[in-house]
Amino acid sequence: MDPAGPEPRSRRLEATDMPATLFEKLWNLHEIADLGDRDCLIHIDRIFLHERTGSIALRSLEQEGRRVRAPHRVFCTMDHIVDTRPGRGDISLAPHGREFIEATRQSARRAGIHLFDIDDPRQGISHVVAAENGIVLPGMSAVCPDSHTCTLGALGALAWGIGSTEAEHALATSCLRASRPRAMRVNFMGETAPGVTAKDMILHLIASFGSRSGRGYAVEFAGPAVSALSMDGRFTLCNMAVEMGAFTGMIAPDERTIAYVQNTALAPRGPLAEQAEFHWRQLRSDTGAEFDLELEIDCARIAPAVTWGTNPEQMANIGGKVPSPDAFEDPQKSLAASHALDYMGLKPGTPLDSIRIDAAFLGSCTNNRISDLRAAANYLRNRKIAPWVQALCVPGSGAVKREAEAEGLHEIFRNAGFEWREAGCSLCFHAGGESFGGKRVISSTNRNFQGRQGPGARTHLASPLTVAASACRGYISAAEAS
Amino acid sequence: MTHSQTQVFHHGIAAPLLRPNIDTDAIIPSREISRVSKKGLGESMFAGWRYLSTRVSTQGREPDPNFILNREAYQGTSILLAGDNFGCGSSREHAVWALKDFGIRAILAPSFGGIFFNNCALNGILAIELEEAEIQRLADWVQVDPRANLLQIDLAAQQILWREGEKTGFAIEPARRGLLLEGLDSIAATLRQEDAIAAFEKTDRERRPWVYQVPND
Repeated sequence: MDPAGPEPRSRRLEATDMPATLFEKLWNLHEIADLGDRDCLIHIDRIFLHERTGSIALRSLEQEGRRVRAPHRVFCTMDHIVDTRPGRGDISLAPHGREFIEATRQSARRAGIHLFDIDDPRQGISHVVAAENGIVLPGMSAVCPDSHTCTLGALGALAWGIGSTEAEHALATSCLRASRPRAMRVNFMGETAPGVTAKDMILHLIASFGSRSGRGYAVEFAGPAVSALSMDGRFTLCNMAVEMGAFTGMIAPDERTIAYVQNTALAPRGPLAEQAEFHWRQLRSDTGAEFDLELEIDCARIAPAVTWGTNPEQMANIGGKVPSPDAFEDPQKSLAASHALDYMGLKPGTPLDSIRIDAAFLGSCTNNRISDLRAAANYLRNRKIAPWVQALCVPGSGAVKREAEAEGLHEIFRNAGFEWREAGCSLCFHAGGESFGGKRVISSTNRNFQGRQGPGARTHLASPLTVAASACRGYISAAEAS
Repeated sequence: MTHSQTQVFHHGIAAPLLRPNIDTDAIIPSREISRVSKKGLGESMFAGWRYLSTRVSTQGREPDPNFILNREAYQGTSILLAGDNFGCGSSREHAVWALKDFGIRAILAPSFGGIFFNNCALNGILAIELEEAEIQRLADWVQVDPRANLLQIDLAAQQILWREGEKTGFAIEPARRGLLLEGLDSIAATLRQEDAIAAFEKTDRERRPWVYQVPND
């Protein structure tokens, strides 16, 4: 580290006399100027774009006659609209999908940014490829016009989702004006039971405290159950921080994180590797650091979870029943439950494992990394999905797909009755092309909003293991119940 | 990137949409976004609730008469009274562009999704956080006669004027208020700080050189 460093400021990372939270360290590392009233000018180390919202940001910037300030630190992928059926090209089933793809390609080339085009081996979902290629590393700040950018907080990065206009700002200036969030820590205490995954942990947290409980906070996930998670599990946990309304989620880098990033293509090499590792090891909340809010979850209480409503907080354990709207004290929650059950076509008191499904979706930036596919495939080996179920497995990136195929997982999925797709966001949302319209879907995604997976589609969020088990039985099921 | 600045004073018809957690997929379903453009999205606002079918005929789409914004009394609505966590979910700025194109100028809710809240300010839509009970009082009054019981929003005074001189104050961060009132081009403002940005990067490059070293493809 440079001993002279930047000009001394009380809140800089180097000022070690005051205990600081991981969030404070990350924020202060990137703070260029204090704009007053909690607003700061924050340096952005990495910008990621995709063809859905990145295309419009790039085009708008061009129309304003502005240039991308640091194109070599900007990356773009095709994930939202791109087709995931085998043998795909530029043609997408989404209306005018090709326009998004071509506009993105042309703008990206003109701007001189990195582009992971459809045929590029690095193509995949932005949050997946940013991590697995080492584009985003611990301690970096990263933004993308996509709300699930918080996924990358699992690396110990400061990563958050923004709008297209903010993306233009970041592209043109390498900075953002951002309001400094407050710091929250969620401690996952104890151990999770076998069959309980990171997805169940985050659904449990959101259900416990509500889908706006994180509003205005940067949330650090900590505790023994988080340390025990694989990197893939940690990405799942941080991915859904936005579903509790948080500015972002994050996890302090540990040995597992450092081993993960050092194995990526863009990890620092040579003498820089040592310097980087030294830096990364400081990225943790100091003993005695003060948070604005600390929450605790007793992991013994977490069971395989599934949502019954149209917001991720509307969740229950699979052994339970559909609740009655009368069971909610808060009149707004009661009203929301009533609307949700109406849309979902469910009656209070129905056992969740008696709900018949039409489709199963294994994919999305929440749950389509190699560990997710292994967990599902392990269950599906020598099993078949129920004959009335349509099932899709969509890997998160070309790299995940190749790794899965090298292990023979694609054969397990196919033999069980799953379609095996190319990488992309696919049916996490209905963009006007492929649709789960009118169907009831068990889904490893992050949003069960009305119509998210198609007009009238009824989405039940769950872990990949639960998706696999439910696909086989044809009814919502936890793996051990089958 | 200058947006048209927000009117200092706005009065208009307010429509209650009080259920909590109205997400940006509801405000504009992804299937409605069919062009690389910010324009013409008003037709798509609340498309899943507003129309009886997703199919578009030559006559356009048939409105669902039960949806509040389709009712005669709410024609010309420019203010939404919303539930908790309005605009949660996807970062798609199309939600704000659709609301704006439809004619929505202000949204009052107990809380907003964070990215949506920022997107509103950057596009000149006034997103105001008010206590749930206060929104309910406003909704109760508006519903009696939506076309007569207009809300008046005074951004300069940070007040909502309604029923016979009754006033409801609201808080707004100075930076957001300035952005709304002056319609600032924040990119131009930040570009004027280029010296500070360059100085930061020079120092940071010594501290974290790997951040700045990205190989070409």
